[in-house]
Amino acid sequence: MNEFAQSARSALDLIVHADGVLVRTVSLSLAVSGTACLFAAGLGLFGGAWLAVARFPGLRAVLLLLNTLLALPSVVVGLAVYLLLSRSGPLGSWGILFTPTAMVIAQTILVLPVVAALARQVVADGLRDGGDPLQSLGAGPLLAALLMLLHERWAVVTILLTAFGRAIAEVGAVMIVGGNIEGVTRVMTTAIALETSKGDLPLALALGLVLLAVVALLNVAIFAVQRSRFASVLVEAR
Amino acid sequence: MSEAALSMLLRLSNASVRLGTVTALRRVSFSVRRGEFVAVIGANGSGKTTLLRLLHGLVDCTGSRRVGEPAPVQAMVFQRPFMLNLTVWNNLRLALWLARSRVPRAEAPARALEALKRVGLVESRDRPARVLSGGEQQRFALARAWAVRPDLLLLDEPTANLDPSAKKEVETLLQGFAAEGMTLVMSTHNLGQAKRLATRVVYVDRGEVRLDLPTAQFFGKSADERARLFLKGELSWDLE
Amino acid sequence: MGSGMNLNRRRIAALAFGLMTLVGAAPLLAQDRFITMASTTSTEQSGLFPHLLPAFKRASGIDVRVVAVGTGQALDIGRRGDADVLFVHDQAAEEKFVAEGNGLKRLPVMYNDFVIVGPQGDPAGARGKDVVAALQKIAASTSNFVSRGDRSGTHAAELRYWTAAGVEPPDAKVAARPFDYKACGCGMGPALNIASSSDGYVLTDRGTWLNFKNRGNLAILVEGDTRLFNQYGVIVVNPAKHPQVKSALAQAFADWVVSADGQSTIAAYKIGGEQLFFPNAKP
Repeated sequence: MNEFAQSARSALDLIVHADGVLVRTVSLSLAVSGTACLFAAGLGLFGGAWLAVARFPGLRAVLLLLNTLLALPSVVVGLAVYLLLSRSGPLGSWGILFTPTAMVIAQTILVLPVVAALARQVVADGLRDGGDPLQSLGAGPLLAALLMLLHERWAVVTILLTAFGRAIAEVGAVMIVGGNIEGVTRVMTTAIALETSKGDLPLALALGLVLLAVVALLNVAIFAVQRSRFASVLVEAR
Repeated sequence: MSEAALSMLLRLSNASVRLGTVTALRRVSFSVRRGEFVAVIGANGSGKTTLLRLLHGLVDCTGSRRVGEPAPVQAMVFQRPFMLNLTVWNNLRLALWLARSRVPRAEAPARALEALKRVGLVESRDRPARVLSGGEQQRFALARAWAVRPDLLLLDEPTANLDPSAKKEVETLLQGFAAEGMTLVMSTHNLGQAKRLATRVVYVDRGEVRLDLPTAQFFGKSADERARLFLKGELSWDLE
Repeated sequence: MGSGMNLNRRRIAALAFGLMTLVGAAPLLAQDRFITMASTTSTEQSGLFPHLLPAFKRASGIDVRVVAVGTGQALDIGRRGDADVLFVHDQAAEEKFVAEGNGLKRLPVMYNDFVIVGPQGDPAGARGKDVVAALQKIAASTSNFVSRGDRSGTHAAELRYWTAAGVEPPDAKVAARPFDYKACGCGMGPALNIASSSDGYVLTDRGTWLNFKNRGNLAILVEGDTRLFNQYGVIVVNPAKHPQVKSALAQAFADWVVSADGQSTIAAYKIGGEQLFFPNAKP
């Protein structure tokens, strides 16, 4: 318990003094995971919506695969992307191994199934009531699915927050494809892993608390947006 | 083309609909002619909703479903109106955009305003559609349907969940539409409503059309024998 | 309505693309001249690099990006051509690396030493200057010994000492072991953590030990045996196998680190006033 208190105090100190290295590390974490989530959102929301209305033989197999990929270990994704981007691999000529770009790619692959599977569920559930009316109004299946995402946009926000959480908290993928290079590809989670392996547990824990604080701030911001947009229209926020 | 053919909007011949393992409609033969106001009555689970969905083209059938030339513009109002999580105005604009092949972009705002005025919802235009009361939501659904000027309007128990005053407002609107020449097919389990509004009554039971008569014949003193028996004995519903 | 949503999606896509470009391009824009060096976790954790690499940058204008992993993984990265230069400490593996054509030439650079740390009370009686004798005493006791078990240079050295001590290398696959041998498959820090919390013995490099903050009851018990010296080598990865390797820049690093300038910089690195690495490049 003492260690927690000590770490909590260190975390506060770190935040207040906003040391340059810490700021850079946090920014990189946010940028990498944020970008990965945006890409995963674009692909996953569309893909999930499509899967909710698609009809083709083998759909069940695809859904099975999608649900299985929800449990994709981050290290496995890291290894796969590493082998692709390695100079010995097919995409070695891109030269992006050990850069933040590689980290974004790996995290996008990691969270894409999360976004797609959850989006598919949201759309499928919504279309149970709304499918007929939307079809009646003249919307084709895919358009109806996308409208359903618009309809359930706060559920979509939650899905994206979930994906972001998974991305910013993972260490396996970014460690392998990024290399944890000081000043270049070191993010919060790899920094925490490093401090842990050096035996500096209080610092590792403090960094973890800083990371949580940053994500908490993000959630507060989202709540604020939610409140302000609807305050004037007297709708209870979802 | 004969006059009868000209006025025929939709014809079902020996149409059966299977939903999963259940046969919801069984060898139904049924036509809708221009200018009619058809009431489809029957108990819950009798197949009324499936009949409407089949007319609207939302389900497939064996047998045949033939559509008149040119194909009638259709709109449908469901028992519980579905609106997107948007304002009333935006919901309406979206519906008009979806029907943009029939309603030119430039005309859409005017049509939307006109439709809201018709049903008395103009002051609510910027409220989120979901906070409307049940009656207001149903009136909105009617506005949305009317805005595209359909030839045929299908309604699935439109007043089932409404209080008496809201029900009255909806019925008034429907009578107005019928007076303008719109063809309506409405399912209901309210016999009094059928008697008040419809020109023709169709009784559906366990997936089959049992009776199909003009209203007067269905309810009148010289009513069909089967109708009389049916009204007297089989149903345990209120007449109002 | 639908167009409104399309516009939002386009804005988001543009933002994403912008972010990605920023995130990906920033390091590239900042310095075009950089090399990737694969080294080991223990070397990075000794703190040598923040002392050594800026000196190289001043001398050459080249940035060195260090990927610090276990020796086995470092050599693997080199074999794949994903690093331009290797800086590790496992002579046998390094020579094999060059012999297989993966590297140009192996140059000795410096050495540091291993020590055995263990509980202050020394229940196995290992204290002294002889690593082989110490291991024999530990094997004959009921104490526990923590091994990294991760194909690292440290792990390879440890296995060599067990062989020299005549004790069957306590491989994880051996079912019956005479004493309590824990192979964690982890880095030096976690291994020290385990030893610290279980009062066990562990072979560690001096650098990691000097920086280690969670010592508990542990102290250095065995040091000074020449067999404990840990030789570092630098190898430029062979561009013939992987044309993208920045061999010219990597060679500049290798040349510098064995030069008088590089060697004196190495010697100048101290922790708590103690020199950690001893330069021994051949002139």
